[in-house]
Amino acid sequence: MAGTQAPLVAFEGVQKTYDGETIVVKDLNLDIEKGEFLTMLGPSGSGKTTSLMMLAGFENPTHGDIRLGGRSLKDTPPHKRDIGMVFQNYALFPHMTVEENVAFPLKVRKASKSEQVDRARKALDMVQLGGLGKRRPGQLSGGQQQRVALARALVFEPQIVLMDEPLGALDKQLREHMQLEIKHIHESLGVTVVYVTHDQSEALTMSDRIAVFNDGIIQQLDSPSGLYESPQNSFVAHFIGENNILNGTVESIDGGECAVRLENGERIIAQAVNVDGPGSRTSLSFRPERVEIEDVEDHHDNALKARVAETIYMGDHVRIRMNVAGNDDFMVKMRFRSNRRPPAAGEEMYVSFAPKDCLALDPVAA
Amino acid sequence: MPSDLALSQAARPQQPQADRAAERAERAQLKSRLRRAERMKQLKAFGLIAPLLLFLLITFVVPIADMMLRSVHDTDLSEVWPRTTAAIEQWEDRTQLPPEPVYAAIAQDMKDSRANRTIAQAARRLNYDANGARTFVMGTARRLPDTAESWKSTMIDIDEAWGEIDTFGAIARASGPFTSFYLLNAIDLEKTATGEIVSAPEQEAVYVDIFTRTFVISMTVTLICALLGFPVAYLLANLPPKIANVMMILVLLPFWTSLLVRTAAWVVLLQEQGLVNDALIFTGILDEPVRLIYNRIGVYIAMVHILLPFMILPLYSVMKGIKPVYMKAATSLGAPPTTAFLRVYLPQTIPGLSAGGLLVFIISIGYYITPALVGGAADQMISYFIAFYTSDTVNWGMASALGAVLLVATMILYGVYNRLIGADKMRLG
Repeated sequence: MAGTQAPLVAFEGVQKTYDGETIVVKDLNLDIEKGEFLTMLGPSGSGKTTSLMMLAGFENPTHGDIRLGGRSLKDTPPHKRDIGMVFQNYALFPHMTVEENVAFPLKVRKASKSEQVDRARKALDMVQLGGLGKRRPGQLSGGQQQRVALARALVFEPQIVLMDEPLGALDKQLREHMQLEIKHIHESLGVTVVYVTHDQSEALTMSDRIAVFNDGIIQQLDSPSGLYESPQNSFVAHFIGENNILNGTVESIDGGECAVRLENGERIIAQAVNVDGPGSRTSLSFRPERVEIEDVEDHHDNALKARVAETIYMGDHVRIRMNVAGNDDFMVKMRFRSNRRPPAAGEEMYVSFAPKDCLALDPVAA
Repeated sequence: MPSDLALSQAARPQQPQADRAAERAERAQLKSRLRRAERMKQLKAFGLIAPLLLFLLITFVVPIADMMLRSVHDTDLSEVWPRTTAAIEQWEDRTQLPPEPVYAAIAQDMKDSRANRTIAQAARRLNYDANGARTFVMGTARRLPDTAESWKSTMIDIDEAWGEIDTFGAIARASGPFTSFYLLNAIDLEKTATGEIVSAPEQEAVYVDIFTRTFVISMTVTLICALLGFPVAYLLANLPPKIANVMMILVLLPFWTSLLVRTAAWVVLLQEQGLVNDALIFTGILDEPVRLIYNRIGVYIAMVHILLPFMILPLYSVMKGIKPVYMKAATSLGAPPTTAFLRVYLPQTIPGLSAGGLLVFIISIGYYITPALVGGAADQMISYFIAFYTSDTVNWGMASALGAVLLVATMILYGVYNRLIGADKMRLG
């Protein structure tokens, strides 16, 4: 991913505080490549929106610098940054028609009247709103307004388009539809997109790379599959996808693997991702779909005792809530197989894992 | 089975018809039931608004209608000089003096009304139209003989005004029951004895100027209020609530003081030895006091001060609803701050600006006390003259006519305004 050419955007040691006490963004270093779809993902208050606003120019970094195409943005006011932005609640100008809204960036750039009309129409066609140019934003549905906002942010062909939780106000079905649409528009135009969301499935669906924010720092910057398959710490493991946690102590480390003694005395081999050394505390992370359920008589080595608490029928799979090593909430996903009936509540069994599906990460405060 | 089918096919055409009739009946019944159920509700609702409706009718609709009527209704003369107003219709060739019977009727009426002590009413009414009428009517009445060979020559001998056509024109115009005299007068026109409408002589043609002055002052006050009120409303809408509340109280403070007191305070502040002049001289901005009161400047200062809240409040309420994200969006799309303000922010404040503008303008038009106290002779607005005719000369016809013209002119302006901006776009709160 990291090409040889200079990145389009570079955050260099950026720090931001509003009140001089709490630091909202701590030492942010992030390169954004030309043409990529980068998502800033994190819970509210993690600093992702502030980072976006600093890039847009609505906030100034307290320390550090942001470069766009190699040039510092320090003295560039927002309207000269050539950055399109889509806001959470669309921010369509209510006193203008849809067409006037979309033509607005061209108008303030003093494009000719015919060019304005022409390009606005093309942009509206792109988001499939060709016939609605004469309406007011208030007469459109939420999804349509979002498309207008998208067209307006793209019509002047900015270097980057920023999106601040643009789908947050839409219902689930429409949101999923719009995710794909935005992704396709990004692919066909090749524009650089920086997208902010707190919805991890949205981030996984759309992004080339995801920067997971927490506490004002990037916890991990990786591709969607990288984040899911090999989270670097417990926060990322917990925030992206479903996750079971068992706490224990590292006994020994051998290459990439380590032996972990759980709190109830059981021992397990895990992949050592983020552990300090023998004797240190660790949290083990398991994905519910990477756990094998085995009978008591016939189980593999790397296995833990489990008792079924309940089974939940989900249509295409069964979720089994188990008690494993003191954790009452250990979820396992089991696909239907004709040769296997789902276990019943109260049954004793074993759960086993390949060491690579069991990640030893930094300890989570219990 | 086949027979069943045939039966059902045969029955089908009638069945729906019967069904439809039943359905119609049912629907009608449903409607009447709904009406009955709604009637009680409507009666209750009407009962609740009835007191207000009655109040408005008595205090608003009836007086306005009465005023409009008074501006065209004219019975002052016909009440006391019935013979004259009947006889004047015999005067056909209005380029000549009227025939003898008209003179006879006038003489008889004069004598009767003098005995009844009602002649002053007739004299006053004629005096509105013909200068000096009061004097020659009263004088002639005193000197009329009991009998005369020719009333015409006798009266002309007593006062030569009876030999002028204009005198009889005034009588004809005043003979009622309806007249255009007051309304024409209110827009500086008059009717000659022969019925032509011409402009009034220059020394009497004052009302168009006063109306113009009223509208100019009102528009200027509205404009100043908009210019001063806009930044204040913006500040109020964008400050943190704690500070905004304190500022709001400061804005509303003038509301809680009597208009008379506020105006009187301006007299104290603005006079030549007043605080403002003293301060300007003390700080060396001026060498000698300027005249700030009893002229147009004083009127503007005092009126703007009083009317400013009417501009700020609607503006504030509209600005409060304009999210800051619009300005951000505009800048991110490439608009410099000034463009963003003019193209995105300002247009969204139009509902507040137009509501505030209309409020201030309408209230300004009727201003009376403030210009009377802090203005000079050339700054009096139309209300001053309406009050003058109502209470000083008791010429209610003229007062009503001025009021009616003001009402119509305001309505026309409102129509134009509505066409330009649209009343539906206005937001008063």
